[in-house]
Amino acid sequence: MSVPLTLLGLLERQPSHGYDLKRDYDLWFGHGRALPFGQVYSTLARLARDGKVVMDEVTPGEGPERKRYVITEVGATEVDTWLTEPVAPEPHQQTVLFAKVVLALMLDRPAEEYLDTQRRAHLARMRELTEVKRGGGLVDGLLADHGLFHLEADLRWIDTTSARLDQLRAQVKP
Amino acid sequence: MTAALEAHGVALSFGETPALRGADLTVAAGEIVAVMGPSGSGKSTLLHCLAGILVPDAGEIRVLGERIDRLSEARRSELRRDRFGFVFQFGQLVPELTAEENVALPLLLSGVRREPALRRAREWFGRLGLDGLERRRSGELSGGQAQRVALARGLVGDPAVLFADEPTGALDSLTGEQVMELLVDSARTQGATVVLVTHDARVAAYTDREIMVRDGRVTTPAVAT
Repeated sequence: MSVPLTLLGLLERQPSHGYDLKRDYDLWFGHGRALPFGQVYSTLARLARDGKVVMDEVTPGEGPERKRYVITEVGATEVDTWLTEPVAPEPHQQTVLFAKVVLALMLDRPAEEYLDTQRRAHLARMRELTEVKRGGGLVDGLLADHGLFHLEADLRWIDTTSARLDQLRAQVKP
Repeated sequence: MTAALEAHGVALSFGETPALRGADLTVAAGEIVAVMGPSGSGKSTLLHCLAGILVPDAGEIRVLGERIDRLSEARRSELRRDRFGFVFQFGQLVPELTAEENVALPLLLSGVRREPALRRAREWFGRLGLDGLERRRSGELSGGQAQRVALARGLVGDPAVLFADEPTGALDSLTGEQVMELLVDSARTQGATVVLVTHDARVAAYTDREIMVRDGRVTTPAVAT
């Protein structure tokens, strides 16, 4: 799960304070594991250092100053590249895929095309593993099978999500 | 690239329900492709149009350079018999015939005499690991054996194109893989083009590429091979 890219994606919706980013991250991507405030602010500081976000206003408060962050062109390009490129087809990528789909819907990007691209990448990797299986011995074959079954599970998730995109869009972007 | 199959703007409705809404695809000669898509997406209808079983309401289909959507039923029937092979999900062997008679059936229907047809049919039993099962009837075969007999029947006539609709759908995973290995190896040896409908990604992984169908259209970008 890429916290910096996910926060950048959330910032592309609208300029936000660190508190709001953490709240939305926990709501959509935390899966019961809240993002520590320290990690939110250290990530935002790194993103600012790298020119991917800037602060547009600082509001003095009773506690620490509240800073509002805005995504830059460099940051937006990075989000776009991340969303467009398929995830390396390895097992256990569901959370990254999920984050990409949700963000794509929030940002009015073509989530269905991203899922199609991901499906092709997964099938291409499954072909490689099938070749390994056909050409190799039992051990190679069983290891390839392990990968194939996990990729197949990912693909079933991709198909299910693809069929429910309209429902998910209605939830993430009411 | 020599195209074995080409479809442009193929549309077909069943009553008020559109099954295909302008499907386009090209399959190169010798290519093995998987047609995939959700239930009701139109993938089986597309296969039936490509195989000349159904005639589209609109669009063009060329098979081996010949436009088939305008052919008479008799000519399409000839084409199916002489140039195409078929494998279906449940084998669909004729229960009254022995396994070797089932395999020989396309040859007999093409006018090959019984003895040479049976001789050619028997050659497939060794190739597909079916030795000794020649005289059995379909009820005496396991699911995997029956499907291998069906595969032999699909390939015995040396078809230019083999159409397979969920050929492993009724088999367990391991048996299905054995059938796919044999299907792919046999088709490659014969140089046959294969169009295979499947919902199973592990089956699709045996093919050269996938063609995705959604809502009656092909959504996969065209791939030149």
